[in-house]
Amino acid sequence: MSIKLPIYMDNHATTPVDPRVLDAMLPYFTQVFGNAASRSHSFGWSAEKAVEAARDQVGALIGASGREIVWTSGATESDNLAIKGAAEFLKDRGNHIITAQTEHKAVLDTCKRLEKEGFEVTYLPVGKDGRVSAESVRAAMTDKTTVVSIMLDNNEIGTVNPVNEIGAVVKEKGAVFHVDAVQGAGKVPFDVNAAKVDLASLSAHKMYGPKGVGALYVRRKPRVRITAQIDGGGHERGMRSGTLNVPAIVGFGKAAELARTEMASEAARLLKLRERLREAIQSQVDHTFINGSMEHRLPGDLNISFAYVEGEAMLMGLKDVAVSSGSACTSASLEPSYVLRAIGVDEELAHTSIRFGLGRFNTEEEVDYVVKIVVDKVKKLRELSPLYEMAQQGIDLKSITWAAH
Amino acid sequence: MAYSEKVIEHYENPRNVGSFDKDDPSVGTGLVGAPACGDVMKLQLKITDEGIIEDAKFKTFGCGSAIASSSLATEWVKGMSIDQAMAIKNTQIVEELNLPPVKIHCSVLAEDAIKGAIADYKAKRAKGNGNGNA
Repeated sequence: MSIKLPIYMDNHATTPVDPRVLDAMLPYFTQVFGNAASRSHSFGWSAEKAVEAARDQVGALIGASGREIVWTSGATESDNLAIKGAAEFLKDRGNHIITAQTEHKAVLDTCKRLEKEGFEVTYLPVGKDGRVSAESVRAAMTDKTTVVSIMLDNNEIGTVNPVNEIGAVVKEKGAVFHVDAVQGAGKVPFDVNAAKVDLASLSAHKMYGPKGVGALYVRRKPRVRITAQIDGGGHERGMRSGTLNVPAIVGFGKAAELARTEMASEAARLLKLRERLREAIQSQVDHTFINGSMEHRLPGDLNISFAYVEGEAMLMGLKDVAVSSGSACTSASLEPSYVLRAIGVDEELAHTSIRFGLGRFNTEEEVDYVVKIVVDKVKKLRELSPLYEMAQQGIDLKSITWAAH
Repeated sequence: MAYSEKVIEHYENPRNVGSFDKDDPSVGTGLVGAPACGDVMKLQLKITDEGIIEDAKFKTFGCGSAIASSSLATEWVKGMSIDQAMAIKNTQIVEELNLPPVKIHCSVLAEDAIKGAIADYKAKRAKGNGNGNA
């Protein structure tokens, strides 16, 4: 068995560019290098044509028209533009925004900024399964609610929200519905009409496209209006000024097309790999806990806590495997994952969580290899763990008064 | 995060992993940290009647730096007198392992664990029997 190390299993963080995407992009660096906004020569026309074709490709992935796609620098910008842009545009109608506690920081911090500017924000709690319920959205909506922002899939635990049901509730009340679809688009079915979405954020590098390019879907019928956040030449119908990154946009288009045409077969393959990983780990290691719903989950995601083994120590042991942890120690803040806290995972278990993100280029051999090291490291670290020893002796860890530090 | 070679070495080959009987009158046990904070260290010292640490063992739930700090602490205290062990400062551990600022609390825990184990041993001795709390 020949395996190339290190193994990449952190496909929630980013994905490698698919070679077919790279091939599509290359001519746009050196040959078709024109500014898509140049109207007076063929260099510009060629670039514009490529950009428009990519618009259609990205639109088709989410059931939209290419004319509803606004290019951005990435999903963080898309989230900012969507939420700030809609909230500002509608501020005469209301000042209330609804989002969820488990959203990405690009959404949460945007909402916090708006709070400072006088908006009111409701951060909905989620269930133990990690999902936002349509009922909780309905209950939170008021006459002042102008924007509801709920993600399609969670980036840490991979759980899929019922966006179609949520969209129906939001539209009953006539607010703008924004969906951060970064993790889910291209991986699970998502249709802007089925979910009655007004605004949706997308990112190329989560779907085997290049980094540095994203998109915001902005509904045309009925027309959704947002206030631009970047002023300049009036590109993207005035919603986002700035010269378009043509090669990246072409790559995004190709990546979206591949994701759309291969979604079903790839999801089935990833689900099989994910289950192979989960079953092998859980059959060999006791005291493991899956974080978030198994039923409503991205096919390539496994977020699992290995009780009594601290996450960063695990990552250190898995040095040839790129995964991530909800442990405090992997962040500068020393706070464990806010997403795990929001779904009610005990802090001590949050410190033991590992996120596996399987992707297009992972193989069965890699999964088997990773299982072997994971099982091995958990055993080794549990031998080192005073908590495991105490649990084996039947001591209830909750009965001990720990000196917090 | 990049780890120093010494942290990696202790993590890969931790010294003195294990446990002594906490009810043994010659054993002092220090248990510091909290699971919710992501670090728990148990450090045990076996101390002679003359007050010399003849053996040490540890178990740690925590990141690589926490494991390395406690492994190093057991290595250092062996053969020391109680007073010498009490004088170990977390900054010495930081220096030896090249811990970055965000990991300084790991060295503090190791120092606390040594002090905790000695305090436990002394409490047992004061009682004059082996029924001290571990």
